[in-house]
Amino acid sequence: MSMAAPYALLAELTHRCPLRCPYCSNPVDLVRRSQELDTTSWKHVLRQAAEMGILQIHFSGGEPTARKDIEELVGYAEAQGLYTNLITSGILSDSQQIERLARAGLSHVQVSIQDSEADSGDWIAGYPGAQQKKLALAESVEAAGLALTINAVIHRQNIDRVSEMIDLAVTMKAQRVEIANVQYYGWGIRNRRYLMPGLAQLKTMDALVKARIAELQGVIVIDYVVPDYYAARPKACMNGWGRRFINITPEGKAMPCHAAETIPGLKFDNVTETSLQEIWTESDAFNRFRGTEWMPEPCQSCDRREIDWGGCRCQALALTGDAANPDPVCELVPGHAQVLQTAFEDSRDIEVHFDYRNFGGAK
Amino acid sequence: MNNAMTLDESISLQLGRGVRLRQDRERNCWTLMAPERVIVLDEIAHQVIVEVVESDGLLAGVIDRLSQLFDAPREEIASDVVDMLQPFVDKQLLSRK
Repeated sequence: MSMAAPYALLAELTHRCPLRCPYCSNPVDLVRRSQELDTTSWKHVLRQAAEMGILQIHFSGGEPTARKDIEELVGYAEAQGLYTNLITSGILSDSQQIERLARAGLSHVQVSIQDSEADSGDWIAGYPGAQQKKLALAESVEAAGLALTINAVIHRQNIDRVSEMIDLAVTMKAQRVEIANVQYYGWGIRNRRYLMPGLAQLKTMDALVKARIAELQGVIVIDYVVPDYYAARPKACMNGWGRRFINITPEGKAMPCHAAETIPGLKFDNVTETSLQEIWTESDAFNRFRGTEWMPEPCQSCDRREIDWGGCRCQALALTGDAANPDPVCELVPGHAQVLQTAFEDSRDIEVHFDYRNFGGAK
Repeated sequence: MNNAMTLDESISLQLGRGVRLRQDRERNCWTLMAPERVIVLDEIAHQVIVEVVESDGLLAGVIDRLSQLFDAPREEIASDVVDMLQPFVDKQLLSRK
């Protein structure tokens, strides 16, 4: 079977992380250290990735620098000709480690921020002193000559400071900032009633971000992800299921996206048992929603079916109870009005008691 | 604060931070790899970028060499090169040296 190779592999080295963000993209049932793949297994994955034609490796987590072998894995990936990206909270590294990673060939660092104001940022991250450490790490990245992206996750508790967060990214000397609205799966759904912005807030933010994209041309690149629930058309999640991305969990499960484990009935092969190539081309999980054949109406006859690829399977599941349904974020899908209603209801201002990410799982 | 750079021949360029020029053997093409992006280069774009990165990056020199290589009028090559590279600069794939 001939099939185009994926472009990027997200290597979730660990679910361990000092931060406890209430919208963490990791699953609610976190993988423990004792279940994590060892260094040799990860190298085997990286070697196969390069052989398959994968171009970029995103080392992520959890916090990827919680792994003692992070420098070894980055060096190994670069030696295979892969472009390497470190997606980090910025909490555990110091300038010496950043220099060692730069020498190992690391191409790019992405650091998250939770707010422009330290007190609020530390509260959202559930970690006192987080902001200060992030600022220090950004300096180390700059000093090591590495490229820096700031990832700013936006929600009701910080949306009014989106412009200040962009300014902070400029101060941190980032070349790029991602303004990424929270996506509601797993931890995000649990905290949706504290995170969902209101429509008025959203409109203000949207105008502001668009103005700043133009204003800051040549200073910083602003990548902007609009909030799903208020959109008219769904996002082309992962650029289509099983088209561009492959995600490996800390224990070695290969998935089409990092949230795919929320979908019941999908069986994920493990890289310790099956080759990456075979998983990509043959596995049930990757083929289930690949291409357009699986699509129900109105997607099946929609002229945008190969633009947005039916939207997001995990979101369809979260909002309709079935991942095979069309993504109701799309205004052409029955049930779209209910999505807006959910957003309105969850955007009411209430006292906040975050259900912080933790290894205990369900509360 | 807008700092957008309009290219002209006196400017020297280099690859932007975190940008790598790499061959994609699987898909048989050259690419610029950047954070979360892979830009596929056609043959001409690849040749121009190679001239930039394998020299001091001064556009005047790049244009001189390409107009010899293609045996084409210099003015024509100059406007083609500047038009082609401007979006790369706007996206920070290339930056001022």
